[in-house]
Amino acid sequence: MTDTKVLSLNGLSKRFGSVIANDCVDLELHKGEVLALLGENGAGKTTLMNMLFGHYMPDAGTVEVADEAGQMQALPLGHPQAALAAGIGMVHQHFALAENLSALNNIVLGSERLSLLRRDLKAARAKIERIMQHTGLTVTLDTPVGRLSVGERQRVEILKALYRDVRILVLDEPTAVLTPQEADTLFENIGAMTREGLSVIFISHKLREVLAFSQRIAVLRHGKKVGEIATAEADERIIARMMVGADTPETARQEMTPGAPVLTLQDVSVTGRSKRDSLTGANLTVHAHEILGIAGVSGNGQSALAGLISGLNRPTSGRVTLAAEEVAQVTPTNMIKAGVGRIPEDRHHDGMVGAMSVAENMVIERLSDPEVQSAGFLKKDAITANAEKLTADYDVRGPGVGARARLLSGGNIQKMILARVFEQSPKLILANQPTRGLDMLAASEVARRLLEARAAGAGIVLISEDLDEILGLADRVVVIHDGEMIEAETRDREAIGLMMAGEVTPHEPQQSGAETQ
Amino acid sequence: MMDILNILMSESFWAASLRIATPLIFGVLGALLCEKSGVLNLGIEGIFVTGAMVGWMAVWLGLGLWGGVLAAAVAGAAFGLLHAILTVPLGLSQHVSGLGVTLFATSLSYFTYRTALPTVSSPPKIESFRALDIPVLSDLPFLGPVLFQQTAFTWLALLMVLLVWYVLNRTPLGVAIQAVGDNPDSVDAQGLSVYGLRIGAVVAGSALMALGGAFLTMSAFDSFFFGMVNGRGWICIALVIFASWRPGKALLGALLFGAFDALQVRLQTEVGALVPSQVFIAAPYVLSIVALVIAARRADYPRALLTPWFKGQR
Repeated sequence: MTDTKVLSLNGLSKRFGSVIANDCVDLELHKGEVLALLGENGAGKTTLMNMLFGHYMPDAGTVEVADEAGQMQALPLGHPQAALAAGIGMVHQHFALAENLSALNNIVLGSERLSLLRRDLKAARAKIERIMQHTGLTVTLDTPVGRLSVGERQRVEILKALYRDVRILVLDEPTAVLTPQEADTLFENIGAMTREGLSVIFISHKLREVLAFSQRIAVLRHGKKVGEIATAEADERIIARMMVGADTPETARQEMTPGAPVLTLQDVSVTGRSKRDSLTGANLTVHAHEILGIAGVSGNGQSALAGLISGLNRPTSGRVTLAAEEVAQVTPTNMIKAGVGRIPEDRHHDGMVGAMSVAENMVIERLSDPEVQSAGFLKKDAITANAEKLTADYDVRGPGVGARARLLSGGNIQKMILARVFEQSPKLILANQPTRGLDMLAASEVARRLLEARAAGAGIVLISEDLDEILGLADRVVVIHDGEMIEAETRDREAIGLMMAGEVTPHEPQQSGAETQ
Repeated sequence: MMDILNILMSESFWAASLRIATPLIFGVLGALLCEKSGVLNLGIEGIFVTGAMVGWMAVWLGLGLWGGVLAAAVAGAAFGLLHAILTVPLGLSQHVSGLGVTLFATSLSYFTYRTALPTVSSPPKIESFRALDIPVLSDLPFLGPVLFQQTAFTWLALLMVLLVWYVLNRTPLGVAIQAVGDNPDSVDAQGLSVYGLRIGAVVAGSALMALGGAFLTMSAFDSFFFGMVNGRGWICIALVIFASWRPGKALLGALLFGAFDALQVRLQTEVGALVPSQVFIAAPYVLSIVALVIAARRADYPRALLTPWFKGQR
């Protein structure tokens, strides 16, 4: 790494309505450096990078970029075209790809003059093939992007930037959709490219990869830069503290003896629109006092499994047994009656009715309960009293129990759902991505409540894309890939990662685990 | 049965099919271009009326036939621009804006016609496009009458099929239009203007629609009268889905509809006494719905169709 400055953001500020997304942020990047931009959800990382790339117009501040001769030049703001011309490329978290076009067309798009009547794709293809050979990022160029895997789509995004000869590459949460191995390969590729002079900023909230692959870390909190640290001097505690502004309580998991089985799936299949929304011949047992973690890259059958346990998907074959009784008909009502508590993946859409009050949402799954109604009329006072008690117990903050539920923040909506689920003392809890999008304090609260429910005797199915979360909470780990579930007999990240990528058959997990260690 | 075979073998039937299909070819291509960029243009029916009126009036005022074609295209482009401004940068409902454009364009065209010609009782005629007479080719058996005795306006429609196909698939502009209709972010992230591409596609598409209307007054007939467009625009909206947004299949769809229509007129004279005439008039529409039901199940809609995009809101 040299000390040549290639980029400097000076006092960038942006507000959306009354929300301050970025407040006077300064940032510098040097040639050949990998800078990690770290912060919680909503800390303003993506907004900052979108201003750099011209998607957003900053309210205040300037950006300077080194030109090819190394002279700092002011960058015209608010124009992706200008950012690209200045050698800045961005790989978006939500890929900016046209799925009806081939990878080649996506990469070349925008680099040709629109008034041209003919295209010179031969030269473009040759250049891309040269880049692919050089960096090891290979994709099939003529396949429509809609038919590529997520990993391949990300490579197309990176190739898009490299094709434009960028000197600065911004990656927004690049590993969110990758298996651990794919992520490692990505960072190896990035490492090789930085040795040739590319400078990289990558956004992440995963402490592990930030510590492993960056040289410097800048931390944002509530839109402000709260610190910068050389990675060599950082550890997880220090940067977690910088991100949250306080120590996060440790969630200690105590060992417990599993009790009787609460959920058994025997050869259960669910047929979805594609293999990726289906389950094939699933066998699974969850015991009382046990958290079963379902690890996998998203879109490998998790939604089919969650739908099955919630009662939304009917199995096409196989037996579902809940607390020693076979479920004759899998419907939402039957599953709730049999003692399933559900924490859905999309809490805004599936977890509540936004237009109804917090109090109503808290009893919405038991409207026939005599505590809630008599002779078909809702007991308003009882419902309100119930909500008052639960919001106090679960620390749900907001404009009051009579207010519409959509006015709550994401963390408080999740607490409202936890209160609704846990108060019914469910035998089985489905927790689908329970901490996604929550800040670290809210996430650790969710983890604490799940462990409490486990201690109280519930069996818990924890579906998460975050392997660290699963390893931290689960007693057993099952890997889901392409609609098939395999129990991981190891807790080794590498071995589980290979299973997530579908590279290991159920019979040889130990063996390849040993190889990669 | 023999009657139908006789009809299908006759030159006049195929010539009529292509003639009936011509305005639809323009309309489907125009709607296709708009929708490929992600904008549904329900202004098509009104833009047909405008094209018919403006094209005819330009010729009547002495601008010549090709002057009329140009005037119709410009008028269509103007209504396209109105629809594009309302739906692209302002992001209003494409359905509401499109229906509004249809009402506005239709009424304004009728109003202009009545204001310009307050006293005439029978519609004035113009010297319309004539059938081509190409030496040798026009005298070929069968192909001559079907293809080479059509008007130049029909040939313009066939040329447009090739042109739209070429632009969409072989030029950087066309690839960008396809991208903006699938995921506007992809275009924005590569430094191209989402608004520019969408507005351009809607304006160009609307100009094509207006040519479909102009064909009616300048080639199929030689005067303008109220109600003459008679739902042809709506048919085009359905045919785009039938064509799965491909210019070649758009031509096929338009020809199929033209053939149904030509067939029903002939059947009506053959067996008209046995079956009520309404059955025949309805037949092409019923058959289009059937064809649509079959084709639309596999339809690959442009993913961003109907979805407005705003700069700075990712």
